[in-house]
Amino acid sequence: MFESIDFSLVDWSRAQFALTAMYHWLFVPLTLGTTFMIAIMETIYVRTGNPEWKKMTKFWMTLFGINFAIGVSTGIILEFEFGTNWSNYSWFVGDIFGAPLAIEGIMAFFMESTFIAVMFFGWNKLSPKLHLLSSWLVAIGASLSALWILVANGWMQSPVGTTFNPETARNEMTGFWEVLFSPVAVNKFLHTITSGFVLSAVFVIGVSAWFLLKKRHVVLARKSILVASIFGIISTLALIGTGDGSAKQVYKVQPMKFAAMEGLYEGGNGVAIKVFGLLSNNEADPEYSKLKDFVFKFEIPKFLSILAANDPNAYVPGVKDIIEGNEEQGILPVAEKIERGKLALSTLSEFKEAKKNGDMQKAAELRALLISDSFQSNNFKYLGYGHIKDVNYLIPNIALTFYAFHIMVMLGFFFLALFVLTFWWLIKGSLERKPWFLWIALFSTPLAYLASELGWVVAEVGRQPWIIQDLMTTSTAVTNISTSSVKITFALFAVIFTALLIAEIGIMIKQIKIGPKEVEGGLK
Amino acid sequence: MIAAISYSFLQEYWWAIISLLGALLVFLMFVQGGQSLLYTIGKTEMHRTMLVNTLGRKWEFTFTTLVTFGGAFFASFPLFYATSFGGAYWVWMAILFSFVLQAVSYEFRSKPANLLGKKTYDIFLFINGLMGPILIGTAVGTFFNGAAFSLNDYNQVMWQSASRGLEAVTTFHNVALGLVVFFLVRVLALQYFMNSIDDDEIIARSKKYLVYNTVLLLVFFLYFLVRLLIKDGYSYDADTLVVSLEKYKYLHNLLEMPLILIFFLAGVALLLWGIANDLLFKPGRGIWFSGIGTVLLVFSLFIIAGYNQTSYYPSWYDLQSSLTIRNSSSSHYTLQVMSYVSLLIPFVVAYIWYAWKSINKKKIDKTEMEETSQKY
Repeated sequence: MFESIDFSLVDWSRAQFALTAMYHWLFVPLTLGTTFMIAIMETIYVRTGNPEWKKMTKFWMTLFGINFAIGVSTGIILEFEFGTNWSNYSWFVGDIFGAPLAIEGIMAFFMESTFIAVMFFGWNKLSPKLHLLSSWLVAIGASLSALWILVANGWMQSPVGTTFNPETARNEMTGFWEVLFSPVAVNKFLHTITSGFVLSAVFVIGVSAWFLLKKRHVVLARKSILVASIFGIISTLALIGTGDGSAKQVYKVQPMKFAAMEGLYEGGNGVAIKVFGLLSNNEADPEYSKLKDFVFKFEIPKFLSILAANDPNAYVPGVKDIIEGNEEQGILPVAEKIERGKLALSTLSEFKEAKKNGDMQKAAELRALLISDSFQSNNFKYLGYGHIKDVNYLIPNIALTFYAFHIMVMLGFFFLALFVLTFWWLIKGSLERKPWFLWIALFSTPLAYLASELGWVVAEVGRQPWIIQDLMTTSTAVTNISTSSVKITFALFAVIFTALLIAEIGIMIKQIKIGPKEVEGGLK
Repeated sequence: MIAAISYSFLQEYWWAIISLLGALLVFLMFVQGGQSLLYTIGKTEMHRTMLVNTLGRKWEFTFTTLVTFGGAFFASFPLFYATSFGGAYWVWMAILFSFVLQAVSYEFRSKPANLLGKKTYDIFLFINGLMGPILIGTAVGTFFNGAAFSLNDYNQVMWQSASRGLEAVTTFHNVALGLVVFFLVRVLALQYFMNSIDDDEIIARSKKYLVYNTVLLLVFFLYFLVRLLIKDGYSYDADTLVVSLEKYKYLHNLLEMPLILIFFLAGVALLLWGIANDLLFKPGRGIWFSGIGTVLLVFSLFIIAGYNQTSYYPSWYDLQSSLTIRNSSSSHYTLQVMSYVSLLIPFVVAYIWYAWKSINKKKIDKTEMEETSQKY
């Protein structure tokens, strides 16, 4: 079905997409959370008339505005890169993936971008309540934007609500609600936006902590910390809950990713969780070059089974179980999946050949077979396996996935502690007497960005080599173009994004140093 | 209701929506047109600040329309997305590079510690203003003149030119459309300046350059139009979908779809009336006539590219690989789902209109630029 592709092309195309996505994700989370905090601050201003809240609203709006533009510009690149660098994928999934993208544009982007203009330039031109409404609509629009693209991503992790059409050689949507409300998509959306909320709360607390350390804009800093710490506590609790939900879904639909997250090579019942561990360079098994020994690991017995299935004795498969299969647990060996995938590919090829040769009777028979429920669920379900030549290719980068997952989780709990302590010492009035803690709060800001990026590393590296779980690998999805072209655009994007990032950080720091501007008593 | 609508109708409905989005995008690219005029109309720093600020309050609309245009194309005609974006790699990359610079330039240009300096960001805006319309127009030119690609049995694209899309510039008719779009958006920008800025010097200069740009617009538009109406087009058989060349295809399309012909003629008339209004009467109102005219004109061009059994993305390398609204669309079910969503479009247009009016209540002037802290 697909030509053999130069692997350096696949790697460079992946690198370009990863570069764009990771830069994009440096800016989006702050947008997601600050818009809500800005709307909350403005609501308090409109209700109380206290100009300090207006000053705060405008100050955080300025920082949000700087961040928003660069998020938008990296976002458009991502959208078009689906076509430019993953054209086979674009056709194969366009029927499903395109719909959320279009809905995102029509429903969410316009709402966000239209009311942003009103939010920034409408202070003197609208009534206070209408301006406030605009601020809330920006916040809702930002989260709605995230919803649709995450639904699309959720479908790639767990392709539901679709069927393969042999005539068009692509997957076609059969159940929109199934795609939209797929448990993977729902958890992914909630986990991702709450991670953005947490990052934003850490950012606001970090900047405010700096003001307190410098004894500048103290009232604004205290009020901002109050809003951000409450917002942060609620968001982190939601983040932990949705993280648990996400992990359970990964266990169900992407067991290889789950095994990689935990560095679990051999599964079993009542499996222990690794709170942390260190991997060595020694191979754990000569048959599987990607599996490395642990130098040390700190485990809690049975906890992985509880995490996966709320059952201390639940069975959790390891990497080898997934590759070799486990009849007792109903896990099909990869060798069998490869055979089934190959049969799907060869039957499809025969069908196309028969049509080309005008043998309509044979084509009709093959078509009937291809669209039959049993063939769809027994063979097309494993279509992507038909291209697999070495089972090691199915094992993702264990070390990267393992470390990314564990550091992300630890940072999540660290942020919860940060928010709780910040809130507690703020209401006790002792926060400003703890400069050491304020420094920790300030330096937690980059950690929030790190955790947020690591979340995507887990999600995307952990599911390699699949671009669509079990259906399509990255090597079959890539645009057939010269590697040198992709290298050039990669370099250009890297230079532009890095320059813009440096500019953005410089502007942000300067704006923070300048601080908020005084405002008049009433809404202008 | 929508569930009962036929597949072929929905394919046409979605081509109409793509055409409308394309038309709105061209109109909203007056932002790019204005950016290309920053140094022509803005002779002083204050004037440039006024120009950037009046454009800056609209850049998100253009950007979002471009994103939605791309997303809607992906959703409704994914084979085009896969074929053109994956095939004509360098054209689309050049467009993206010019747009990535635009978004940040508005936000960063007047901020202290912006690394590259105000002038650099203004140059970025100028580059986007120059390159964006010409490249997009040239790329759309291939809708009429075709490209060199073939598709295999699995609908995977094989692009047949090593220059990956850049070869489009070797067909002057494509470039002519790029130049039509370029001068059109400059005309619209000049009219927008007259509408939204309260400054005699800017209005006088805009009026002067409106004449020059209108002349150049008409020259390239007439060339493009005459060439289009006399050229062969790519037609397909309604039953077999076999593609063949047809003489005077686009002329036939206009004549065989009288409503579209009326849209086209009304579009040209409104555009010219809008320009005449700003030149001969009180400047400022022309943008509304020209804007509506532009939308009607571009909409009708998109329609004749895809309706009436016409291939909207022909392959001159392999005729039967040409894309039509029949062979490149999403499935019936997906088009139905998206059609429900499209019912929101009037609502979206209504709040955009409201937002536009509320921001443009008062014209931009020097006093506002001196007093406001919220400026680009």
